[in-house]
Amino acid sequence: MAVAVRELELDLDAFEGPFDLLLSLVLREEIELREVELAEIVVSFVEHLAQKGELDLDACGEFLILIAALLELKARGMFPDEDAELAELEPEVAAEELARRLAEYRRAKEAAQWLAERMHERRNLHFRVGPAPLAPQSERKLAQQDPEKLAVALRLLAIEPPQPSVAHMALRFPPVAQFLEKWRSLLLHRTRLDFDQEVAGLSRVEIAVAFLALLELRKQNEIALSQAAPFAPIRISRAENERSLSWTVRSA
Amino acid sequence: MDRPLRLIPTQPTAADGLARIVEALLVVASQPLSLDELVAATETDLASVEEALEVVANRFSEEASGIVLERVAGGYAFRASAEASEACARLFERPAERGLSQAALETAAIVAYLGPVSRPEIARIRGVNVDGVVAGLVERGLIAESGRDDEFGAIRYRTTPLFERIFGLESLAALPRVDDLGADVAEIRERLEAVAEKRPA
Repeated sequence: MAVAVRELELDLDAFEGPFDLLLSLVLREEIELREVELAEIVVSFVEHLAQKGELDLDACGEFLILIAALLELKARGMFPDEDAELAELEPEVAAEELARRLAEYRRAKEAAQWLAERMHERRNLHFRVGPAPLAPQSERKLAQQDPEKLAVALRLLAIEPPQPSVAHMALRFPPVAQFLEKWRSLLLHRTRLDFDQEVAGLSRVEIAVAFLALLELRKQNEIALSQAAPFAPIRISRAENERSLSWTVRSA
Repeated sequence: MDRPLRLIPTQPTAADGLARIVEALLVVASQPLSLDELVAATETDLASVEEALEVVANRFSEEASGIVLERVAGGYAFRASAEASEACARLFERPAERGLSQAALETAAIVAYLGPVSRPEIARIRGVNVDGVVAGLVERGLIAESGRDDEFGAIRYRTTPLFERIFGLESLAALPRVDDLGADVAEIRERLEAVAEKRPA
């Protein structure tokens, strides 16, 4: 079944040979995953399926798991600058994790096979199935009760709750563009800003939109963001131009 | 004292009496009864119950009877004999395992080995979303909720006594050892490496 996936012949720019060889080379870090066009592998697999003319679900499942793992590895490899945040996901660790997951999944598959055989052996044996009968209940004695207390509790239920406030429904979101301009003009005169200081005094919604504007600027490589630790102050500075140019993102 | 008196088997009759009571308890029970439950219900001791169970097991065994005593799911229970299986199948079906898919078996196996285990953990191993499969297994009564994950609060699942019953397991310890599974993992790795060796530089 799944043999079809591992023996899938690939003819890519960076690699030529069966899929399992590619996998093994990637695991052993002998091939740079960044050089491999994963989309081509997908195309090859789909072509392979079309040639066979039948849908092998097992093979498709295994292929999806493997290609997803490769994509994850590649994505991590493509953002070395974000190392600080992804420290626990080093490529070697990720490769080891992939091998470990494959092993774990194999075991689950074999255990399932064992269960299936066991079920087949016992398919003709019948037994009674039903809910467990209730054990006889010991009699519970109630403490002395005060009807006044019950009345007090019920009276509380009868009080009409306050009308819920709908003030927030009228909330207006200021345009992101307004904050884009604000951040840009601030950065014209200063090299470093502290997010908390700049948004002090704004409403919650305005702070949120100001933050969205920051993310937008970061995406366009106009600024750099840093934060020493989760919940630590967010520092904003102008992006260095050299670095922004080196940020070319390749397609997967 | 006259020796012949001792020939009267007092002990066996006591065991016989207890055996009849144990039989009765097993007929009423809809799930396997554990030794502890049998001791509590008969108000006797472990040794007597075990002795009585031996008598019951001899009386209710394949070929001797249409009802067979089996040790399963951490206790004792009656089942129909193999001889009666066809007749039983005409009248009753076994819905818990009808049409169990490969995905369901894999998921059940993971829960049996790693339980209590949460859906995200199962999904991580199987590499796909398992919400539907888990819901199906719960519906069939093969797995059940068992507390929550300490860290994230996800519901955890374990296998039920019905699971052990369907697969004829005395307990989960009767599953093959983890070390004996996945032998071909090493094999696959070796094969991968071997292919890599042969590859021209």
